[in-house]
Amino acid sequence: MADAAPPLAPPRRRHGRRESIWRWRRGDLVIFALSWLAGMGLCIIATALVLFFAVKGAQYLRPDLLVQHPSASVSQAGSGGFLDPIEGTVLLGVIGLAIAVPLGVTTALWVVEFGRPRWLARVVESTVEIIAGTPDVVLAIFGLALFELGLFAPLSFGQPGGAFGRSFLTCGIIVSAVAIPSIYTATRNGLIATPRQLREASYALGKTKTATIRRVVLPAIRRDVATGSALGLGRIIGDTAIVILLLGATLQIQTQSNTPVLGLLRGTGSTLTTYAFNASPAGDGNAPTKAYAAAALLLLLVLLLNWGVGRIGRIGGPPLHAERRLGA
Amino acid sequence: MSILAQRIQIVPQAEPEPAVERLRLEDVSVFYGGTPAVRNVSFSIHQGEVLALIGPSGCGKTTLLRTLNRLTELTPSASHSGRILLDGEDIDEIVDTDLRRRVAMVFQQPNPFPMSIFDNVGFALREQSRRRPRRHEIAPDVDRALQRAGLYREVRDSLDHSALRLSGGQQQRLCIARAIAQQPEILLMDEPCSALDPRSTATIEDLIRQLREDLAVVVVTHNLQQARRIADRVAFMYLGDLVELGPTEQIFDDPVEVETREYVAGVFG
Repeated sequence: MADAAPPLAPPRRRHGRRESIWRWRRGDLVIFALSWLAGMGLCIIATALVLFFAVKGAQYLRPDLLVQHPSASVSQAGSGGFLDPIEGTVLLGVIGLAIAVPLGVTTALWVVEFGRPRWLARVVESTVEIIAGTPDVVLAIFGLALFELGLFAPLSFGQPGGAFGRSFLTCGIIVSAVAIPSIYTATRNGLIATPRQLREASYALGKTKTATIRRVVLPAIRRDVATGSALGLGRIIGDTAIVILLLGATLQIQTQSNTPVLGLLRGTGSTLTTYAFNASPAGDGNAPTKAYAAAALLLLLVLLLNWGVGRIGRIGGPPLHAERRLGA
Repeated sequence: MSILAQRIQIVPQAEPEPAVERLRLEDVSVFYGGTPAVRNVSFSIHQGEVLALIGPSGCGKTTLLRTLNRLTELTPSASHSGRILLDGEDIDEIVDTDLRRRVAMVFQQPNPFPMSIFDNVGFALREQSRRRPRRHEIAPDVDRALQRAGLYREVRDSLDHSALRLSGGQQQRLCIARAIAQQPEILLMDEPCSALDPRSTATIEDLIRQLREDLAVVVVTHNLQQARRIADRVAFMYLGDLVELGPTEQIFDDPVEVETREYVAGVFG
């Protein structure tokens, strides 16, 4: 009997001879060079932004700023920290997502899974596109006009001739509109990309369409929903115009009454974006170091959110389909 | 004499009892739009047998298979004529979800749901009623289905892991476990091994032979040797027609029709 063959080991990976890029057509070379330049240029801009605010943040962002209430003072030393804007950012993010996620996901579900009559589905698609393309200041003006109607007084508080119109609730409702398009689009694309075979497998087990959507399709697209929501949250915490017009942009959170939760929701406040705007030379706070600190914190939050989006992509095991490797 | 008569009475019957007919097709044609994909097919499938549908690509095997659990209804342009009877009842009269629980299906590509191994099998058992059963209530049935599919020993310690982490062969056995968990009467299999390696294929073929004891199996396959290994009867389809149906040995060794002879001999296909 012959000796057992030695185990087969893979050789060191190497490429055979390749064509030199200098033999490419000139047009291909130009496009190749331009794509490299564009990619590198964007990297430089992003790196400069992060480095600039990392330096400014290290310079001005002190831990006590995170826990002190802001106060109106002409001197930077006496103007406190930005605890209230941080709380306002979190609260607005929660309210905005609580409205935008159900609306965005169910709208996408209806359009993709049911979508009859067809013309109505097309109208819904166009509506989302219109919302996506509307500048936030336009949404804010519309929201203020709407919520100043006496009918909506319970969302803020009534005043002669209508309602105040500015509160966490009214601002949350309008700011959710800037998050809906990204949630809708991500959900819709996830639904369209869900393999038909997966649905058929569920139908073949005797499941109804609704059971299939609820138990098979939605779990299959949860990372699309999560990604869309994280992007939407980024839009919400980065918004300024809606917050200035609809949250009142008060330095401190002003509750509307002593009722624990409702008083807060009907109250006014600010977020890190409006705080940074007010504190900057463009605003009337005149506290540029605080503006830098708040902007650095905001950028840190956005970076964390981006990192979170990447992590979400890995929740719940491998994806249904192998994702294309970059640079392959 | 009387003793002899008594003896004759207790001698077991020489002829085996005819198998119970589960599914009967009467003059079934299937159309996509106005184009017939399957023409005037009639045959029956019995309890305890494996029937293989063979034929070249585009001959209507898969279409016919998908008509048996009315999955063709998901294709808006598809329609069928003729009658298909499940235990004597017209399948058009059976509610679609009930029919598909009785006539289960395994597809060409393993298609586990993006959930745990347990939940994949449990999904088939859950939501039959308005009250969602608890895990411990369905656990015995899930275990039994995994055991019958020959997967239990490999996954018993990882029932809560994602089913997408299993190998292709394991995923396909999971899909079989999922399909038989509801104890269907018929199991339809659409080229269940075409995406698998030879070792996984052998495992699944063994499994098909075992499953035959409890239900009737209809397998669509491109692989003639596989049909020969697993099937009791073979139906040869060509261009939408059922050309010949008979015991496996006869179809492969002594076919009646010229097309069948040429197809199994590899003249075309």
